[in-house]
Amino acid sequence: MTSPVKILELKKTSLKIRETIIRLSEAHAFGLHLGGSLSLAEILTALYFSVAQVDPRNPKWSQRDRIVLSKGHGNVGLLVTLALRGFFPVQALETFNQLGSHFTMHADAQVPGVEHSAGSLGHGLSVAVGMALAGKMDSQAWRVYCLLGDGEAMEGSVWEAIMSAAHFGLANLMAILDRNRLTQEGTTAETMELEPLAEKCRAFGWHTLEVDGHDIEALLEAFNAPPHGRPKMIIASTFKAHGVPSHENKIKSHFAHLTAEQATAALEILEAERARLPDE
Amino acid sequence: MSGLDVTPYLKKPSRDAFGLALLELAAEDERIVAVTADVPESVRMQRFRELYPQRFFNFGIAEQNMMSAAAGLAREDKIPYVSTFAIFAALRAAEQARTDIAYPNLPARICVSHSGISLGQGGPTHHSLEDVAIYRLMPNMTVIVPADALAVALWMRAARDLIGPLYLRLSRAPEPTVYAEETPFRIGKARWLRRGDNLAILACGASVGYSLQAADLLAEKGIQATVVDMASIKPLDREVVIACAKTGAMLTVEEHSIIGGLGSAVAETLAESGNTVRFKRLGIPDVFTLAAPYPDLLATYKLDASGIAFHASALIQ
Repeated sequence: MTSPVKILELKKTSLKIRETIIRLSEAHAFGLHLGGSLSLAEILTALYFSVAQVDPRNPKWSQRDRIVLSKGHGNVGLLVTLALRGFFPVQALETFNQLGSHFTMHADAQVPGVEHSAGSLGHGLSVAVGMALAGKMDSQAWRVYCLLGDGEAMEGSVWEAIMSAAHFGLANLMAILDRNRLTQEGTTAETMELEPLAEKCRAFGWHTLEVDGHDIEALLEAFNAPPHGRPKMIIASTFKAHGVPSHENKIKSHFAHLTAEQATAALEILEAERARLPDE
Repeated sequence: MSGLDVTPYLKKPSRDAFGLALLELAAEDERIVAVTADVPESVRMQRFRELYPQRFFNFGIAEQNMMSAAAGLAREDKIPYVSTFAIFAALRAAEQARTDIAYPNLPARICVSHSGISLGQGGPTHHSLEDVAIYRLMPNMTVIVPADALAVALWMRAARDLIGPLYLRLSRAPEPTVYAEETPFRIGKARWLRRGDNLAILACGASVGYSLQAADLLAEKGIQATVVDMASIKPLDREVVIACAKTGAMLTVEEHSIIGGLGSAVAETLAESGNTVRFKRLGIPDVFTLAAPYPDLLATYKLDASGIAFHASALIQ
């Protein structure tokens, strides 16, 4: 069980991640992947600030848990999380998308803490399978976590990876699927129906859990649940651009720039949420 | 490097040589793992599997997953030797090789069998005539097309400590023997095999041996040909290409499309060097190939000794 104090701290952290993403989105007129970064905020908080063993001062620490962002367009969420976790200063993100910066639209492993470059969908889980195989063959204690998008599961290679993880008995591998139900230009239901997603994952041999992806306590419970000797799939129900009223659960949130008014409205809601949290 | 027993390699197809050389390297380096997609026997990984079951991974008929998983293994300090049929590695898993292996410059060794038209009866679905072009396009990728079985073992040793990825192209069919004794190979260096003043034949893979045979046929007609083994297609030996231009006529020979492979690499180098020569790319023209026994296809596409000699003669007429 995670202590109430720790839960409160994690909630504050997730709000800080949201706030930083919103401010970046306002600052970048070109736009960024707002929706799919905000849908990840609590998932990233739970992973980087509680569940996974990482060392910001030593990003390549051999015993770290490996976290692979397979939905590489969630990179803004990842970068903000890494910055707040101490891998590099938040200020450094001012160079986002500038010539020469490794803080780019899609995840790039040249950034401290980013395990693998991703952007083209359907690669990351396979890479994670390879890492987990290496860990298993060397009896390592570290685990591998992979963040998948739900639209990404339309790629056949994702199912090749899912099949192989079960075949190889990779109990050291966990995938978190960001089930926000939207793709770049439509809903997953109308674009390519994924349901029954949990049943498919179970049929493919994964221990599968379904949670509210914006509920930190529920996420921690799912992360900490025993995998029963199998790879574990956490299907996390989320909303794209959660917390930004102008964009939440809207297709246009996939790649967006927030105007000052939109950002202010989102930050006001966020402040109210922060005020509602009990004092420590 | 020395001490290689060359006897087991002689007169074998290069895929057999791959299996043997892999065992030698694996015995010396625990980081080496073998990765395939349902075809361990076809790519000669069976013995490795028997000796090192914990280091062998069969991903089933799923090449995309195999290639990216190899990247994951390489990220964790393993050295994966990835093997399947060339066509599946080259095209089915090309993006995985590019983005997951070449971009991060990981030490995966993509050693593909059944390249070119070597599975003759397999037809266009199994012929691999685009792979060198595709892998040559990837930054960080080294591309080697060995001439024969012993060359495979020697190139695998030469590339053993390569920091980045390797694409090594193997054949299903036995190549004519070019190398019968240990020869030092260096990545980026071509090898002179025969010197002649009338024209230069630059070849890779099985075409090297057939080009040497063609040079014998040409000599009978009074034509003296230079023959160079251009196995290292990327990096390419520019100096040797330019030196060959002194003959005034250059013929490239490869079991690959004439678009994008060795012929293209040589043509690019020549054009930028300012040398003017009579020049021809011999390979598979821009067509889908026929399905037939390998020797029949070599003859059809003029990639056997007499076909190469024919084109060499025509070039200098």
